Amino acid sequence: MTAPLSTAGVARPARAWRLDRRHAAVAAIVVVAALIPLFARGFALFQLSQVMIYGLAILGLNLLTGFNGQFSLGHSAFYAIGAYTAALLIERCGVNYLWTLPAAGGVCFAVGFLFGLPALRLQNLYLALATFALAVAMPQLLKFHGLEGITGGVQGLVVDQPDPPAFLPLDSDQWMYYLTLIVVILLFAAAANLVKSRTGRAIMAIRDNPIAAAAMGINTALYKSLTFGVSALYTGVAGALGAMAVQFVAPDSFTIFLSVSLLVGLVIGGVGSIPGCLFGGLFVLYVPNIANALSTGLAGAIYGVILLVVIFVMPAGAAGFARLALARLGRRRPHPDPLTQEGRSP
Amino acid sequence: MELLIQQIVAGLATGGIYACMALAVVMIYQAIDHLNFAQGEMAMFSTFIAWQLIHMGLPYWVAFALAAAVSFVGGIVIERVLFKPLHNAPILSNLVGFIALFSVLNSSAGYLWNYTIKEFPTPFGHKALFGSTLIDTHEAGMIVVTVALLGLLYVFFRGTRLGLAMRAASANPESARLVGIRVGWMTALGWAMAAAIGAVAGMMIAPVVFLEPNMMLGVLLYGFAGAVLGGLNSPAGAVIGGFLVGIIENLAGTFIPYVGRELKLTLALIVIVAVLMVRPSGLFGRRVVSRV
Repeated sequence: MTAPLSTAGVARPARAWRLDRRHAAVAAIVVVAALIPLFARGFALFQLSQVMIYGLAILGLNLLTGFNGQFSLGHSAFYAIGAYTAALLIERCGVNYLWTLPAAGGVCFAVGFLFGLPALRLQNLYLALATFALAVAMPQLLKFHGLEGITGGVQGLVVDQPDPPAFLPLDSDQWMYYLTLIVVILLFAAAANLVKSRTGRAIMAIRDNPIAAAAMGINTALYKSLTFGVSALYTGVAGALGAMAVQFVAPDSFTIFLSVSLLVGLVIGGVGSIPGCLFGGLFVLYVPNIANALSTGLAGAIYGVILLVVIFVMPAGAAGFARLALARLGRRRPHPDPLTQEGRSP
Repeated sequence: MELLIQQIVAGLATGGIYACMALAVVMIYQAIDHLNFAQGEMAMFSTFIAWQLIHMGLPYWVAFALAAAVSFVGGIVIERVLFKPLHNAPILSNLVGFIALFSVLNSSAGYLWNYTIKEFPTPFGHKALFGSTLIDTHEAGMIVVTVALLGLLYVFFRGTRLGLAMRAASANPESARLVGIRVGWMTALGWAMAAAIGAVAGMMIAPVVFLEPNMMLGVLLYGFAGAVLGGLNSPAGAVIGGFLVGIIENLAGTFIPYVGRELKLTLALIVIVAVLMVRPSGLFGRRVVSRV
């Protein structure tokens, strides 16, 4: 992996410093996250696991929409496939829960890749409709009578929560939290590396201008379908973790509204930002609860108003807001970075 | 053969609902270049306003006209207050704005008028048409209204200065501004017209699906599908697409054994996606060519 040539000279020192600071921030967040189970118990801990799981699912969507520029309203279907793969393997086949995560990821990667192939022909809203069809069809397929013997039909399936390993002094909620945390760290790190790599640049070039990207020799069809697959993989793993955390899967948990929630989380967190996904996860989990607590009758209206306020205050999501705030602070520094200064001119 | 014709007629009857909604969807798409996810909820809210007016003792057609007028103004207000500030925000932020609007309208309608199912009157009655039980006078009336609306829109967009200005503002905002078209107001007008058409659609649909805050959910999904199937930049295509969705849904439910009835929505969607594979811009849509 080589660094892009143009920024090599002047920006190196400032860049290295900033990277270090970013690494420090990530490390601090990880330490705090690892210490949380000492203070939080039971339901609060479960909710935090759920935040990370949504964050992971949103990251999947972000890889596709934020970095590759393909819309999707179908990620609830990939989440469902991941969840059902895990549930079926654990309950019907007796597979150890740890193996279900790669299995769910693999199945979703295959489905996503295959779905990505016909999706190549569609753009924007037409792609949104095709993925939307997937999201609407999935609960119906899961409820379908012919498959009831396998999927459990409308009733769904109960999943046992994974037991913590005997040598760790943890209860099952804590273990679920740590398991989620480890998977999330690994997959977020992988996504950050993917985006920084040659492949990642190709993916983003397709987003910025598909024709120019093709002219530069990027195999747009292959990269677009692969991104679809990887995106589905992330969301599928999140689905598998979700099935274990909730201990239950049913068709009606995976409707189009899940897709819409993920999309909201994506935009609130920041399109094209990896840490933003976790903020999106927080929003998706907590804000509907807050709205409900304020008024049961008008919960939807309050949720909508909060959403509007957030969009008005941060049109580019939390990540864009943070970037703007940092840029403001940075401008007061005595030696502004010449490159970013130049880049800011309209 | 008789069964086939019967199912097609029944499909036309449900398709009329989708066509109505698809027309409203395409209308706003033409004006603002975004798909308005809150369109169905706006129509539902307008229908509730009409219901309230009728309940207060106004005759049907007065309430009809008032509800459409209120929606027209409401569309402008929504555009000015909510979406004009988001004009330069990314598309996805606009999308979340629509979702927020959806949530607000749905929840406040439930709060104001509660969630019990209400009957909505129809001016056409519910008698059998030509002695057939498949389609009644209301459904036939709804189809006539949809087609009439389409005709009016065609005349408006092709034959009037204002219609031309609106098309110009949506096709090329910068150049339109340079020749003196007030692009901002054209967008607001697009919202207003879409809201009014949505109100008419809602008042036509409500007698069939009954009035309640969630009545538009399914209809919008089908209307959306119909609009995309027909092509998002073609109002006539959207109407035909809406009818086709209704017919495909019915035929798939009847003629495909075993899986048909239960999965008819899925089958309809598969057919639509298959059509889009062959014609990626919808059946009647024009391909948008962009410059690098």
